[in-house]
Amino acid sequence: MASFYQRMKNKLSNTKDNFKEKLDHVMYYHKLDDDFFDDLEETLILSDMGIDTSVKIVEALKMQIRQTGTKTTEDVKVLLEQIMSDMVDVASPTVQTPVIMMVVGVNGVGKTTTIAKLASQYLDEGKKVMVAAADTFRAAAVEQLEIWADRIGVDIIKSNTGADPASVIFDAIHAAKARKVDYLICDTAGRLHNKVNLMNELEKLTWVIEREGSEFNKHNLLVLDATTGQNALIQARTFNDAVHLDGMVMTKLDGTAKGGVVIPIISELQVPVEYVGIGEKKDDLIPFDAHAFVHLLYDESDQPENSEEN
Amino acid sequence: MAFDGLNEKFQNIFSGLKRKGKLDEADIKAANREIKLALLEADVNFKVVKQFTKAVAERAKGAEVLKSLTPGQQFIKIVNDEMTKLLGGELQKMTFVDKGINLYMMVGLQGAGKTTTAAKIANLLRKERKLTPMLVACDVYRPAAITQLQVLGDQLNIPVFTIPDQNDPRVIASEAIKKAEAEGYDLVIIDTAGRLQIDEALMKELSDIRDLVHPTETLLVVDGMTGQESVNVAKEFNDLLDISGVVLTKLDGDTRGGAALSVTYTTGKSIKFIGTGEKLSDIELFYPDRMASRILGMGDILSLIDKAQNMVDEEKAKELETKMRNMEFDLNDFLEQIKQLREMGPISNLLEMLPGANQKMFKGMDMNETEDQAGKTEAIITSMTPEERSKPAIINGSRRKRIANGSGTSVADVNRLLKGYEQSRKMMKQMGNLTKGKGKKGRFKMPFM
Ligand SMILES: Nc1nc2c(ncn2[C@@H]2O[C@H](COP(=O)(O)OP(=O)(O)O)[C@@H](O)[C@H]2O)c(=O)[nH]1
Ligand SMILES: [Mg+2]
Repeated sequence: MASFYQRMKNKLSNTKDNFKEKLDHVMYYHKLDDDFFDDLEETLILSDMGIDTSVKIVEALKMQIRQTGTKTTEDVKVLLEQIMSDMVDVASPTVQTPVIMMVVGVNGVGKTTTIAKLASQYLDEGKKVMVAAADTFRAAAVEQLEIWADRIGVDIIKSNTGADPASVIFDAIHAAKARKVDYLICDTAGRLHNKVNLMNELEKLTWVIEREGSEFNKHNLLVLDATTGQNALIQARTFNDAVHLDGMVMTKLDGTAKGGVVIPIISELQVPVEYVGIGEKKDDLIPFDAHAFVHLLYDESDQPENSEEN
Repeated sequence: MAFDGLNEKFQNIFSGLKRKGKLDEADIKAANREIKLALLEADVNFKVVKQFTKAVAERAKGAEVLKSLTPGQQFIKIVNDEMTKLLGGELQKMTFVDKGINLYMMVGLQGAGKTTTAAKIANLLRKERKLTPMLVACDVYRPAAITQLQVLGDQLNIPVFTIPDQNDPRVIASEAIKKAEAEGYDLVIIDTAGRLQIDEALMKELSDIRDLVHPTETLLVVDGMTGQESVNVAKEFNDLLDISGVVLTKLDGDTRGGAALSVTYTTGKSIKFIGTGEKLSDIELFYPDRMASRILGMGDILSLIDKAQNMVDEEKAKELETKMRNMEFDLNDFLEQIKQLREMGPISNLLEMLPGANQKMFKGMDMNETEDQAGKTEAIITSMTPEERSKPAIINGSRRKRIANGSGTSVADVNRLLKGYEQSRKMMKQMGNLTKGKGKKGRFKMPFM
């Protein structure tokens, strides 16, 4: 499989805001003066990194430039990349099977599609996979997962719209035990994180998983949409409080959104981003590489760099 | 609550200014910088923020503020004016045709909320404009997207047009128009698949559909939580399709308002509706001035009143008034009121329209509990016999036990409800006496108005 960097790069062709170019441009005219740092801060904010983090990065860069006496664009870039890489440096735990994965997030971020992509990937690895359609709320959400399950060829446990999601998960766990599956992936209804009763429902689902699936490992995944701004940070906090997150998936990076908000999220919650979604097809899911991601934020030239090839 | 982060910050900035008495240029500069940071943190696009703070600074520098006796108030007024302007100025009405079909096309990114919004608008315009709607399912890509629209159509009793196994949405759209013309539908809403604004093939598909069916309006649906990207999205969709307006969704979340404040500036097109919940009635018109007050923490009493008026059935209100006067108000009426209150949407949505309301004020209060309480009350009353409901006095100990069991509540809950009912009766009696005394004919207001 092509590396994260290359696949992202292919998807991210012709983005107009070329940070690197900007950086070169600014430095050509301004050297390392206030305009340069203002511009840098602006670029970071435009990638959804938020004020606090952007300011923090710029301050750290200023200090390191002073300490190291750096003067060239290339060297500044190296420093900058290092600062940002350090912020997202969180170890990704390996998922031990058999496992029950619960996939959560707000409405429309791409939970169901991501489940299909994950299932397909585990299936390709020769694993036994089952999905549970516990979004019993949104119209035709069950049918949506069913169509995917059919396409990919995995078992699905479902009930009808309006059914109790806990009972779907209950049934799924027992089926997963009987059929000895490696991965049981549970879809859940999208919910805005400020709706307390819906968040409580998630806690109830976790509880059912704990009680019925004691012989399984547990892995809770939050799906975030790269187009979301600073609200994603609050989403991550609230979901993490409600169900303890083991990992995150960021979708829709095939658009022009930079998804910079993951940087403050990872750095605050210390929860890793495991995958990113780069399209609507089942193979459009790639393992996340934090360092390459940082690099991508400000290097979007069309030419793949040799040094990044695996 | 939506805009919480922003309105809290604005209230802080404003109260700082008001305390000052006199303002000099430095004060204004400092306030402006705080506004800039608050807006950026709220995902308002960078360019929009620059433009906004520049406009505020220019007006504030003028004699208006510095010489004013209440400079703080003057400054707030400027911010309020500019924000209203940024949000589009005045309410922009939907365009309707005199004759023929009102045709609306929904477009936007994946997961923005197009399908739900299509159904909400069909429902709203059927009620408000007495139009006969038909929904058209043109999302042939996302699995079960057509089924989703069909389910919503069934719930609303609105027909959904599609052609099974047809994978060209252009064909579906033009066939839909033919059918609508033949069968006399005067409102057609086309739901399209979500797509990225940089996907040329899919964007062309949209302009093809537009050229085939000539929509009355093309509405861009934007997720209210969108970050800096909202500007790129709005710009590209508008450049290609010349959209007529925007619908902002998911405003029942705690979005900071970035998309709301950025899209109109970018496109010059107004926000026409906002989505405020998952129920099909959770859609509202967008009033820039009211939204500005909400963002600035000044509340939105007008929307609250509108909402109450919309939900209250005039006939039922009159009936209730007579009952109250004659002290015939029983538990059936009590239930009716609770139902109406709940139909107005989540209580938290209502509270946020109050002036000065923000998350902090309601910290100690659990909104969901309040809503649970209303749910409990409903359950208890529905577990009573018709006789008990009309003559609550007969509800003795053993009946209370039975009702508690039947409604899955406790005897204490039942007691509490009956006590609450008794108190309302007393209150009504006093109010009745009062109005009688004044000889006024004004009708009773709902307790929640
Ligand atoms: N472009 C793009 N679209 C995606 C991606 N992931 C999901 N989607 C689309 O986003 C929309 C919402 O996805 P869905 O899985 O139904 O979201 P859910 O409500 O969270 O389950 C669908 O149209 C998906 O095809 C992605 O990585 N890129
Ligand atoms: Mg889903």
